[in-house]
Amino acid sequence: MYVAVKGGEAAIANAHRLLADRRRGDRSVPALRLDQIVEQLALGVDRVMSEGSLYDRKLAALAVVQARGDLIEAIFLLRAYRTTLPRFGYTNPVDTGAMQLERRVSATYKDLPGGQVLGPTFDYTHRLLDPQLAAGAEIEDPAQRPAEAEAMPRVSSILAHEGLIEADGDMPLDYVPGDITREPLQFPMARDIRLQALSRGDEGFLLALGYSTQRGYARNHPFVGEVRIGEVELELDVPELPFTVPLGSIRVTECQMVNQFKGSAKAPPQFTRGYGLVFGQSERKAMAMALCDRALRATELGEDVIAAAQDEEFVISHSDNVQATGFVEHLKLPHYVDFQAELDLVRRMRAEYQDRENQDKAEEKREAAE
Amino acid sequence: MRGQEAREQAERKGIMATLAHAPADEIARLWNGSGLPSEAELLRGPETGLVTVRGRIGGGGAPFNVGEATATRATVRVPSGQVGHSYALGRDKGKARLAAIADALWQDPAYRETIESKLVAPLRAALDAAREKRRVETAATKVDFFTMVRGED
Repeated sequence: MYVAVKGGEAAIANAHRLLADRRRGDRSVPALRLDQIVEQLALGVDRVMSEGSLYDRKLAALAVVQARGDLIEAIFLLRAYRTTLPRFGYTNPVDTGAMQLERRVSATYKDLPGGQVLGPTFDYTHRLLDPQLAAGAEIEDPAQRPAEAEAMPRVSSILAHEGLIEADGDMPLDYVPGDITREPLQFPMARDIRLQALSRGDEGFLLALGYSTQRGYARNHPFVGEVRIGEVELELDVPELPFTVPLGSIRVTECQMVNQFKGSAKAPPQFTRGYGLVFGQSERKAMAMALCDRALRATELGEDVIAAAQDEEFVISHSDNVQATGFVEHLKLPHYVDFQAELDLVRRMRAEYQDRENQDKAEEKREAAE
Repeated sequence: MRGQEAREQAERKGIMATLAHAPADEIARLWNGSGLPSEAELLRGPETGLVTVRGRIGGGGAPFNVGEATATRATVRVPSGQVGHSYALGRDKGKARLAAIADALWQDPAYRETIESKLVAPLRAALDAAREKRRVETAATKVDFFTMVRGED
């Protein structure tokens, strides 16, 4: 028998009304404006854009407010919005070598062309809470120094000249990049598709996996060849114009991880590489992505697959936090009928168990009496 | 003739780039002070959609898809007959409409000079100034290494 149950409409409506009230909080405190979030919680906005896989600061800020600061909920909102829009096309690949740099550091070369440029970094801060910030202190303007018109080539192109490092990852000429927003995931997958999944993957998950490789689960001896943050130009080919159309620029973070490699049956000893590219300013995510990208190339490079970070199906199937939160959180939704069925089953099994017990006891008694 | 055409295309693209980068309220403010006409027939949009941003594996290898960005486009025809297009990141439909009209009017010799001097030049100057400010602020965070010599020889 199946009995459909209805109810909870009023409770749901009131719960959402209560949510709106709690979201707004104390009415004597001014409401947040989106531009305040865009400007002052910029890295949270960047994370929502990166894992929401949609570059739009104002929308991400709205999502953050609507989600009361729950970033995974905000990411979910942005993903949902994304599905409502038509797609105009694929941009030309961005040229990160021509980036308007805001930060660029290398842990492998001290004196690389363009130098070490720290930019707005948390590095070298003392991680002490600043009470002056709480008191609303005036912030001084940044220092300025004339900029040299020096090109800042990617560090990978400097090393490449010596043949000590593998080339950028190439695909056959007629290869069309895969798109996980159009086709379901299939394993094994090509590196370009993995990179798309990693770029929108959960920062915490990728960070933990990257960390696991450092702790010995698929150790691959990484160095940060380079991290760079800045704006890149986007251009789109459209049929109505005889030239590529400029769209404006977006901020991205790129990480070139350089990994020691002893060589294998398939490849000579040389430095191999992992690559990270994410929306916004997020070098932790870009570095974690690069570590995972390198670990996931185990099969390609003839390494033994022995650890979680090298297992493509494990990593890519669990890296999306919208999917993960959907499946975990659905457990709290009504499962009354499912559970009722299980309850019946357990009752029946217990009754059978009891019957068997009773029978056994009766038999024992009879044997003892005989 | 070919050189002339290529030059024109480069100029037109440069103007589209400036308009795509410029903030919507700045475009509207300059437009209102320019005396440029803003009537046009909308042929398409303004409509908001997505572009899929591509990167390259390792920075210079094969392309891969990074994620989407919002973009808005418009196509207009101005009374003198020219058709103009605009594309820009973001969701500002007013900006898309004005930028498409600017593209159309720029193709009309009667308006080209006004578009360039009253609209594009000030936008470009502001964008260049902002970019230069960021450049010199970033340059101030460049590390100067000093070599420490120890002992006497």
